[in-house]
Amino acid sequence: MGTTTIVILVILALTVLAYSVARNRALAGAGGDRRKLHSLPTYYGTNAAMFTGVPALGVLVIWLLAQPMMIESAVVKLIPDSVIAEGSSVGLVMSDVRRVANGLDIVIRSGGMTREAALALDTTTTDVRAALAAVGVALGSDVKPKVLSAAQAHRQQSSSGRVWMIGITLALALIGFAISVAISKPDFRARNTVERGILALLILAASLAVLTTVGIVFSMLFESINFFRLHPWTDFFFGPKWAPNFRGNSDLSILPLLWGTLYISAIALAVAVPIGLFAAIYLSEYAGAKVRSAAKPLIEILAGIPTIVYGLFALLTVGPMLVNIFGRGEDGLLGVEWMSGATAVLTAGLVMGIMLIPFVSSLSDDIINAVPQSLRDGSYGLGATQSETIRQVVLPAALPGIVGAILLAASRAIGETMIVVLGAGAIAKFSGNPLEAMTTITTRIVSQLTGDTDFASPETLVAFALGLTLFVLTLGLNIIALVIVRKYREQYD
Amino acid sequence: MSRKSSLLVQDRRTKKRNAAETLFKGYGMIAIAIGLLMLCILVFNIVSRGAGAFQQTFVTLEVTLLESKLDKNGNRDLADLKKVSTFGYAPLLKTAFEQKVTKAGLDTTLKTKAMAGILSKSAPADLRNFVLANPDQIEETVEFEFLASSRVDGYLKGRVSRDSIGNDKNISVEQLDFVDQLITEGSLEKRFNLTFVTGSDASDQRPEAAGMGTSMIGSLFMMLVVLALALPIGVAASIYLEEFAPKNWITDIIEVNISNLAAVPSIVFGILGLAVFINYMHLPNSAPLVGGLVLTLMTLPTIIISTRASLKSVPPSIRDAALGVGASKMQSVFHHVLPLAAPGILTGTIIGLAQALGETAPLLLIGMVGFIASNPPDSIAAGLMSPNSAMPAQIYEWAKRADPAFYERAWGGIIILLVFLVTMNTIAVLLRRRFERRW
Amino acid sequence: MKDLNTQENVVDTENVKIVARNVQVYYGDNHAIKDVNVEIEANTVTAFIGPSGCGKSTFLRCINRMNDTIDICRVEGDILIDGEDIYDRRVDPVQLRAKVGMVFQKPNPFPKSIFDNVAYGPRIHGLAQNKADLNIIVESALRRAAIWEEVKDRLDAPGTGLSGGQQQRLCIARAIATEPEVLLMDEPCSALDPIATAQVEELIDELRENYAVVIVTHSMQQAARVSQKTAFFHLGNLVEYGETAAIFTNPTDPRTESYITGRIG
Repeated sequence: MGTTTIVILVILALTVLAYSVARNRALAGAGGDRRKLHSLPTYYGTNAAMFTGVPALGVLVIWLLAQPMMIESAVVKLIPDSVIAEGSSVGLVMSDVRRVANGLDIVIRSGGMTREAALALDTTTTDVRAALAAVGVALGSDVKPKVLSAAQAHRQQSSSGRVWMIGITLALALIGFAISVAISKPDFRARNTVERGILALLILAASLAVLTTVGIVFSMLFESINFFRLHPWTDFFFGPKWAPNFRGNSDLSILPLLWGTLYISAIALAVAVPIGLFAAIYLSEYAGAKVRSAAKPLIEILAGIPTIVYGLFALLTVGPMLVNIFGRGEDGLLGVEWMSGATAVLTAGLVMGIMLIPFVSSLSDDIINAVPQSLRDGSYGLGATQSETIRQVVLPAALPGIVGAILLAASRAIGETMIVVLGAGAIAKFSGNPLEAMTTITTRIVSQLTGDTDFASPETLVAFALGLTLFVLTLGLNIIALVIVRKYREQYD
Repeated sequence: MSRKSSLLVQDRRTKKRNAAETLFKGYGMIAIAIGLLMLCILVFNIVSRGAGAFQQTFVTLEVTLLESKLDKNGNRDLADLKKVSTFGYAPLLKTAFEQKVTKAGLDTTLKTKAMAGILSKSAPADLRNFVLANPDQIEETVEFEFLASSRVDGYLKGRVSRDSIGNDKNISVEQLDFVDQLITEGSLEKRFNLTFVTGSDASDQRPEAAGMGTSMIGSLFMMLVVLALALPIGVAASIYLEEFAPKNWITDIIEVNISNLAAVPSIVFGILGLAVFINYMHLPNSAPLVGGLVLTLMTLPTIIISTRASLKSVPPSIRDAALGVGASKMQSVFHHVLPLAAPGILTGTIIGLAQALGETAPLLLIGMVGFIASNPPDSIAAGLMSPNSAMPAQIYEWAKRADPAFYERAWGGIIILLVFLVTMNTIAVLLRRRFERRW
Repeated sequence: MKDLNTQENVVDTENVKIVARNVQVYYGDNHAIKDVNVEIEANTVTAFIGPSGCGKSTFLRCINRMNDTIDICRVEGDILIDGEDIYDRRVDPVQLRAKVGMVFQKPNPFPKSIFDNVAYGPRIHGLAQNKADLNIIVESALRRAAIWEEVKDRLDAPGTGLSGGQQQRLCIARAIATEPEVLLMDEPCSALDPIATAQVEELIDELRENYAVVIVTHSMQQAARVSQKTAFFHLGNLVEYGETAAIFTNPTDPRTESYITGRIG
């Protein structure tokens, strides 16, 4: 059991103790008559538990998150540039340092070395690599003296940090315990305090959503900044080519990827918008209650199917089918040789279009239903047919909402990953031929971040810049769409 | 004036307009038909291609566990037995086939090695595991059921034919003839394969042994994490926003944030998970815990949106009634509003979980693919922390492998995944029907 | 020139425009209109009065078959316009509604420009040969609806930006732009303030020159002010029908009297 676990258990035990002590103290103060208490007895207990547990555990969590970062930044300064070999980076050396420090911990725990011995360790006298290998920590190369001393500093700082952490959290818990028990008198407004505490927790939960966004933006921003330090931003935004090369000197331009993304999305929307829109019109204006209640959920099933299923459908069904039509020369349906592989812009676009049909249809359906009946009556009263009413009155009135729905679908299409990973291919190029394989932003994010990744090379870090671009792009579309839809709804409320 | 013409006769313009009307309505019907047709094609495609994964070809073979090969010392010492590797067991299989041919009087020119080639590459390992578990059976003749190799399995399922194996090194026409003889003889047949549902993934060479079981456990642990985190946090956030939040710019920002988070591409959450949970917090790669955390962040907006809707549907009169008897605002919410909104919250949570269960893209970035998830975890801690796959990630993994035998498994995996999703959504719909309340 | 069959079907007054015989209307199981017989004259304003839910609006909507848009509504009996049964299978409701215009309770201008609102009917019915024709039709409709002076400088402004009274007059202009023969008005002033109401009432009186106007109203004063004929509906029955002055001064049916004197309603 680690020290942290023990600390947590001790705090929890104190919390439970605080609950019963405070509850009994309040009751005793009222002479056992609970009617003389301001609040129910449990509130006194909860209040004390809250005071004891929450600050201590909160500080503990923050400490655990912050300590590694602070130690790293202190230890990094100990590593001189000379240690960083050609083709390596601070990040790689630091991960060596961490591994050595971790290995020393294991050695000590298994009794192979005393604490003092570990601190006095010297590369000239001991083969550290062998010592660590003996307890199962494998190192890629011999340990350099500077790395060892950095690792020792790392260990020392983390152990002293841990002592401080234990001291401060336990002190907090005890102070909370003392104060909360002391104030647990019958006229203490325990319920109000507890409720304020609960409210604080609720606010914390609500702000987690903001925290997630902040996390997304910062995690991508930091790595993107690292990327732009290593790679010229002009090439990323305006370069002509995407050709990552893990030996360096890559061309990493987003433009060909953006082209593939937009091309596939355009095909998907060309499929989904007319079908989805007409389906919505039919369901909301023509279909009887029975047809509507059957067809609407059935079509919406298409939206509930996981994208991996569509990806497989693209790769193994639609792709080969298209090859049968447009490829294979004499054996093909058209007898032409236009398509060589199953992965192509058209494959991914068509399947994504199918996936988007229910998005367009159910959003448009809602929006068309929001058009007031009085407008339809006005049009029928003038002798318009139903289709004239729809085309000239209902759709123009619903247009802003429908544009919003299409923008939401477009943002879905741009951010969709599995269909393009499996169905679109991996070749980055500018081409207008829908039967060729092309690649997208999302597929490149996946391929740059899976497998062996080195977070110091621009070829890996570019994924974060791509992700940030994708995030900004889809966020922009979503915000515009939401604003349009909201305005539209206000118009008819 | 032409306008005064009889109502009983359609003028030409009206006819034209009515034709346009019919056409327009027709477009609508076609659109619906296309949508439904796509659904049918998709479902048919999944079922017809995936059903095969639930059946597997097995070969029944009597194997004599020769002491001379397995236990040269004859002392049944487990440590000694373990020294015999799977290679040592291969000859037993060859002998077993030889005996079968003589016993059943089969007519074949195949060498015994080629005969054993119709078995899965896992057959010797199965045999070894049996012997290590039952050392007392050495020198006995035991009847085994071995998995046939994926090519033989494909032959029985119609995926492999004599024409299609021209350059295939793994199977020959003679072997297929031999398979035909075994079928007539009754020792080779195709039947239901539970291992596909319960088993683990297998290496590239043995598609016939691969199963979904381990990745199902991975998914289960992820869903537990999502449920344990997303439900309480989501409900707490919704209660604050719906019941307590003052209308000001801060809550406005939170609201806009939540609706935007719901539309952020899932892969972005994967990047977040990689950067924060793995690179910064140093949580283990490929762990269901990390997958669960990422999916929690992704599911949270969905749960918040549906929870707020069900809180909103509880009429204000209930709150007023509670406040009227002297309950605090907090008590009125927790004692009255929340229980009344619970069915709606539950429904939303199940739908959110179903969404998370099928999500793949973020799992790719936190490393839940690209390895063989062959060991089911043995404890809860291991289930959370040790590398595993998840159902959709396992399907993706199979779809990426070159052997078409894996494609069948991928489709079969989709059937299992969809069974879970359909069940969850049905429960959600039933809950909604059962507890739907009109105020 | 009037059609021959119009003259053939004239029963007793040669001015009769609409004849209803034994009209029954059902909403599902609910019998909303019971056996209504009425003859409505051309160049006359006919008012339908009665308490809420008496069926007057329902009957009005039967005259241009607006009830067709409600699935559960069923109409029996005959309604003849110029001697032709409008519920005949051969009749296209679209053609009928061009002949029988309607103005609704709440002003419902389309979210388009003022010009496009008025031009909508002429466009779908193909009444204008060219743009100049259309301009003339729109202008004359707006003039006849007594709103031309107020909007002539902003024909491109959205119709929804007008005031309530202006919107309702725009809707009337929109209805008369299709050159109907009958104009149905379903409580056209109920959403308007008194000044706008006065303007619309004045307009209704002028419209009588060219159309048979049928107006449903809640207000007996309004019926007395604008109509020549009045029909009193009660619980789905047409209780009394006759000259407006006669109904208000000397009702024959006790129910009419109770309503007029304020005892029911």
